[in-house]
Amino acid sequence: MRSIILVASTRIFFIAMVVVSLWILLRGHNEPGGGFIGGLMGAAAFATLAFAAGVDDARKMLRIHPAVLMGVGLVLAAVSGLPGVVLNGSYLQHQWLELDLGLFELKLGTTLVFDIGVYFVVIGGVLSFMFRLYEEEQG
Amino acid sequence: MADQLDLLWPVLIPVMTAALAACFWYNIRAQRIISFIGLVLLFAASVKLTMTVVEHGVIAKQFGGWAPPFGISFVADPLAAALVAITGLLALTVGIFGFYDVRARHERAGFYPLFHGMITGVNGAFLTGDAFNLYVWFEVMLVTSLGLLVISRSREQLDGTIKYGVLNLFGTILFLIGLALLYGATGTLNMADLARVLPGMTMTPGLMTAAMLFLAAFAIKAGLFPLFFWLPASYHTATFAVGAIFAGLLTKVGVYATFRTFTLLFLIEGETLRYVFTFIAAMTMITGVFGAAVQWNIRRILSFHIISQIGYMLMGLAIATPLAWAGASFYIIHHIIVKANLFLLAGAIRAAGGSDDLRRTGGLLKSHPWLAVLFLIPALSLAGLPPLSGFWAKFLVIDASLRAEYYGLAAVALVVGVLTLFSMMKIWMEAFWKASPVTPSRRRYVPVAFIIPIVMLGAVTMTIGLFAEPFVTYARDAGDVLVDPPLYIAPVFGAEAAAEAGALIAGDAVEAEVIETEVIETDLIENGADDGVEEEVR
Amino acid sequence: MTFLYAAAIAAYTGCGLYLMLSRHVVRIILGLALLTNGAIFLIFFSGRIGSMVPAVIPLGDQQLAPDAANSLPQALALTAIVIGFALTAFAVALLVAAYKRLDTLDAREMTAAEDMGSPFLPPGGRPSTGGRPSNNGRSAEKTPEAEKKSDEVKTNG
Repeated sequence: MRSIILVASTRIFFIAMVVVSLWILLRGHNEPGGGFIGGLMGAAAFATLAFAAGVDDARKMLRIHPAVLMGVGLVLAAVSGLPGVVLNGSYLQHQWLELDLGLFELKLGTTLVFDIGVYFVVIGGVLSFMFRLYEEEQG
Repeated sequence: MADQLDLLWPVLIPVMTAALAACFWYNIRAQRIISFIGLVLLFAASVKLTMTVVEHGVIAKQFGGWAPPFGISFVADPLAAALVAITGLLALTVGIFGFYDVRARHERAGFYPLFHGMITGVNGAFLTGDAFNLYVWFEVMLVTSLGLLVISRSREQLDGTIKYGVLNLFGTILFLIGLALLYGATGTLNMADLARVLPGMTMTPGLMTAAMLFLAAFAIKAGLFPLFFWLPASYHTATFAVGAIFAGLLTKVGVYATFRTFTLLFLIEGETLRYVFTFIAAMTMITGVFGAAVQWNIRRILSFHIISQIGYMLMGLAIATPLAWAGASFYIIHHIIVKANLFLLAGAIRAAGGSDDLRRTGGLLKSHPWLAVLFLIPALSLAGLPPLSGFWAKFLVIDASLRAEYYGLAAVALVVGVLTLFSMMKIWMEAFWKASPVTPSRRRYVPVAFIIPIVMLGAVTMTIGLFAEPFVTYARDAGDVLVDPPLYIAPVFGAEAAAEAGALIAGDAVEAEVIETEVIETDLIENGADDGVEEEVR
Repeated sequence: MTFLYAAAIAAYTGCGLYLMLSRHVVRIILGLALLTNGAIFLIFFSGRIGSMVPAVIPLGDQQLAPDAANSLPQALALTAIVIGFALTAFAVALLVAAYKRLDTLDAREMTAAEDMGSPFLPPGGRPSTGGRPSNNGRSAEKTPEAEKKSDEVKTNG
């Protein structure tokens, strides 16, 4: 059933898809993109791997259980709202930190933490279903 | 300012607990500790919220620092705050019950993240002041409760979960369609804003459709008369801890949403809507109690009783006087505690008697006499016997219906109360009184983890029954806010906007009177024409 | 144009409702998915489709273009899509598990929960199964009497 060509080319696709998903995640604040779409892309990368090389390989590549990823993401998203509580007394009011690095200006915000959290939740959520369904299929 | 943050914690604490528990997916012991700490913190936070509401009245909070109609607001009025407090109490007691009831394989299947996720959805639905956000919390609640319901993956659970899932999903879609129509007509989905805008609008067919879709959606969620079939098809298959929290909370979220919608957005003014609600309330009570009469599974009997009890709560909506609202609020609070306690007791009866089919168990009065006493407290309270909480709850709603001259409704409520007593006596006779049909091979013990929550909830029932006054006063406060939308609008938009809305609502009534007098005048003119007065007018 | 949108929404909702009336559980789930899509289109259309300018702040600008599309219905629709997606995924996983355990996707044959404590069956579930209903109850080796009983359940319940 396993095709060597598919497995070999999937590794390249996998890396490319993960990189693209991270790029979409990071450009998300000012341009179309963000945690949700990036997360779907990342989940698609793992799903492709599971399809070509089997769920076990995909699980090994992910290293942790998808539910753990969901938990971590949810913690990040929930914590990103707390600075707003301390500084403005309003939950999820996002704070910005502007750094001048000489060459370019780096703008960091708590929205970034929130988006990374969403990214993890989406990957974890999609994969926990996807892996389960693949495994049911295999028996 | 700091007080308003009280609104945040009853939702944020279970989210964080669920997320942290998921982080420790493989470490069950850590999950248990996190879960218990989360439950204690949640209970403390929800009590704090109720105390703040008692002190300051209705409080509101905008999230993300956005101005009211754009950001998501959370609003706690006395009813919502009380429900959040009861949720905290129930989550804690069911958590203790779960120490023994939740098996290792349930824990590995993600019991703790799902459980706290469901509590998040319930609290979010109680506190949110935004209609679309309410939909989101409904879905959070639905997806986690599906996971909890099917946690053993037995045949019965899969069967029950499919029915539960399909019908509830259909309900939320109806809600979504209603939201779309409402948004199309008003351009806002903030409940306080809707309460400001809607009184000034004429009731177009679109708005009417939205209102009826809301009613249908919440009727599915609450288990009202024609749409309750999913409830007795699924609740009895859950594990005992899950069944108790479902029985206590999930339908009450639907009831709360119905109350919120038809006190704040679409006011019950015309006779038609009253007839509809009176009919639904009476039929819900009757069908529920008759459905219970023929069943043999303890939790199926209790599931049908949930339906009949929800009819009593809906009486408040049908009568729509301040007293009726107070009675309905009191009824919800009493019912959550009693019903969850009975579902926990079903677990204890199963542990003591070996089966939850009444035909295969018996003789528990001899072997576990104290369990019989603990059963009688919520059972008699459910049937409405003094001096338990159910007596005051029934007394308040029936009193309100008599004062408003809804004699038929009051009669139905009384008859259903007697039939409820019959059902409770059936459980009593079969499980406790009659001799056991099988000779037990060994003495069965009820674990202490089962007894503690049952005693706690029973004590609360007794307290409400014996010292009813502060609770009735509180329920009256809750009723006052339900009757008076400006009290809900003021914390969100300020006193000025609330006064305007109040004038608009009052103006509506005045306008109606004006139309009526105009009709009388035209009548006079028409009649006068016959008498030859018309010439004079010309 | 409004008529076209309305017709499209009506078609989605109608197909969804029709599929939901089926006894086949997979069709019911497909119907729910279609119905969700109809509702999402309705939300989108409720925000009035007037402008085709995306509701994204152009690079270098500080605020939204004045003729940009209403972004709120887009946000609502996106949320509803995400939730609908999650629930459909869950429902499919549930169906796979149910098919494995119950051996059927016909709603009429799913009676495992209904049989618990039913007044139409002797205590302990269906007679052919003998033991607790949770362990068995598969309809393969039904006696004629059990067949009759189950018919009775269908007509009464």
